[in-house]
Amino acid sequence: MATKDVVEIRWHGRGGQGAKMACLLLADVAGLEGKFVQGFPEYGPERMGAPITAYNRISEKRCTIHSNIYNPDYVVVIDESLLDSVDVTGGLKEGGAIIINTPSSPQEMYPRLRGWTGKVCTIDARRISEEILGRNFPNTPMLAAVVKVSGVLETESFLADIEESFKHKFAAKPQVIEGNMATLKKSMEEVQVG
Amino acid sequence: MSSCLSGNEAVAYAIKQINPDVMGAFPITPSTEIPEYFADYVASGEVNTEYVTVESEHSSMSVCIAAQAAGARSVSATSSCGLALMYELLYIAASCRLPITLACVNRTLSGPININNDYSDSMGARDTGWIQIYAENNQEAYDNFLMAMPIGESPGIRLPVMTCMDGFITSHAIENIELLETDAVRRFIGDYNPENFLLKKENPLAVGPYDVSAYYMEHKVQEAEAMKAAKARILEVAAEFEKISGRYYGLFEEYRMEDAELALVLIGSSAGTAKAAIDRLREEGVKAGLVKIRVFRPFPGEELARALANTRVVAVMDKSEGFSANGGPLFAETRSALYDLKERPYLIDIVYGLGGRDLKTEDIEKVFSRLADIALTGEIGPIYTHMGQRSKEEIE
Repeated sequence: MATKDVVEIRWHGRGGQGAKMACLLLADVAGLEGKFVQGFPEYGPERMGAPITAYNRISEKRCTIHSNIYNPDYVVVIDESLLDSVDVTGGLKEGGAIIINTPSSPQEMYPRLRGWTGKVCTIDARRISEEILGRNFPNTPMLAAVVKVSGVLETESFLADIEESFKHKFAAKPQVIEGNMATLKKSMEEVQVG
Repeated sequence: MSSCLSGNEAVAYAIKQINPDVMGAFPITPSTEIPEYFADYVASGEVNTEYVTVESEHSSMSVCIAAQAAGARSVSATSSCGLALMYELLYIAASCRLPITLACVNRTLSGPININNDYSDSMGARDTGWIQIYAENNQEAYDNFLMAMPIGESPGIRLPVMTCMDGFITSHAIENIELLETDAVRRFIGDYNPENFLLKKENPLAVGPYDVSAYYMEHKVQEAEAMKAAKARILEVAAEFEKISGRYYGLFEEYRMEDAELALVLIGSSAGTAKAAIDRLREEGVKAGLVKIRVFRPFPGEELARALANTRVVAVMDKSEGFSANGGPLFAETRSALYDLKERPYLIDIVYGLGGRDLKTEDIEKVFSRLADIALTGEIGPIYTHMGQRSKEEIE
C-alpha cells in the first residue's frame, strides 16, 4: 500500500463523536511540525450515531496516494460498540496497534477483536472527558492516545502546537482551551499499552 | 507561505485574495464550503465582494452573467445537480463571451442520489464552451483558480473558466499547501477592464439578444476560434505563474513517460494514486507511465498524440460513464487524437470510480498487468470495460 516512511491511521467513530475533527486536527498539528499530511473523512449520508471512518497519512515526503487506507499502522476506535458491527482490525498491519475507548484493560479486549493478536491499547476517554470537560467529548482523549502510542509526533511539541491550533479554533471561546489541554495531558498519562 | 488546507478552503482563500466584484452564492455538497468560508471573509470586511445569495444555481449563474456583462468580475462554485441546473446558463455565459470563473467540485449526478465524486457533472458540461481545468490535489485547485482569470479575460479568449477538483477526495481532505502572498496574487490577476460592457455610456451594449441565422454561425465560429486560441494562452499564463510560484503546469502532466511502453491517461486525484503505483512498478522494471489531463477544454489532442506516440499499450481511465455505449468521454477524445498517428498504440477504456468508488494502487497495478498482457499477446480483448464494481455473487 504505502511506503514505510508513511504512518497511516484509521479512525472509527460514530457521527457526532468528533472523529473527523480529531483527524483534521492531527493533520493540522503534524503539518505545523513540518510533516506532510493528509486528513480526510469518508463521506456519505451523515447522521448522528452512524459508523464513520476517517483517515490520516503522516510522512516526511508528500504522499500522492488518494485512496482510503486499507492497511493502517494504527486504528483508533472512539466508540467501543463498533467492535460488534465493524471489522475495525481489518487490514491492520502486524506490527501496528489498535487504540480503543473503553474502561476495560487491553487484555480484556482481545476476545472481541476477531483474532487480532497484536498490540492493544485502551483508554477511558469518556471518564477523562467527563471529569475534566464535564461532558463526553471522546475525540480529544483519543487524539492524545494515538499521538502517545504511535510516537508520530513528539509529545512536548505536539502539546505546544495543538495549543496554538486551539487558540485559532476556539478564538470565540478561549475558556475551553485549558480544559482541552488538561484532557490531552491526562489522556497521555492514562492510556494503557497492552 | 506553507499551510495545511482542504481543497475547498484553498479555493475560498484564492477567491479572498482575488477579491472579485461579485459572487453568486448557492450551496450544494460538496462545494458548499466555498461560499460558506468566503461568507466569513465578506462578513469580516476582508473583501468587498458583492455576495449575492440566491434561490438556485440557475440564479447564481444568472447573477454572474449579469454582473460580468456589466463589467464586473464574478465567481461562483457548484457541484453535481447544481451544475446541471446551470446548464442553460453555461451556454449563455460562454456565447456572450463572459469570462466568469466557476469552481466545480466534482460530484456525480443523480440518480440514484449520491454525493460522492466522479466527473459526470463537468463532463456533461464539456460542450458548453467553457474552458475546463482539472486539479489533482488542493495545491492545483488553488493554483488553477488563480490562473483562471488571466486565461479567460484575455482579449483573444474571453471565455468562462471552470476549475474542477474531486469532491471530498480533494475538497474535504486537508493537505499541505503553498500559498502565495496576496499582493503577488493581485499583481498576477491584474484589473478587469473590458473595453465594452452593458452600461458604458460612450457605447452602451446589448448582451444576449436574438441572433438571426445570417449572424449566428459567424458568432459560433468566433467562439470556436477562441477555444482553439485558449491552448496557447493557458501555456502563457502557466509560464507567468511559474515565475511567481515556482510551480510549472502544462496542458497535461507527463509522469515517467520518457521511455514508457505502457501508459495511462486519466484526470484528477487518481493521478496521485497512479504515480505511487507506477513508482512501484518501475522498481520491478515495468516501463509504466502516466499522462494526467489537466486541461480538458480545449482538448490538447495533438500534444497528447505526440506524448503517446511511442507507447505500445494505453489505458484511458474514465471517471464518468457517458452512456455512449462506445466508451467514456476521455476515451472518445483520446482515441480521436490518436487517429492521425501513423503507428498507434493499442487503446482500451476503463470506466472506474463512479459515485465515489475508491481507486487503490492495487487497482492501477491490475490495469498495468492487463496492458502488459496486451503488449505480450497482441490480443486487445474487450475495448471498453468497467472496473471496481462487485459481481452479482459478491453482492448477494
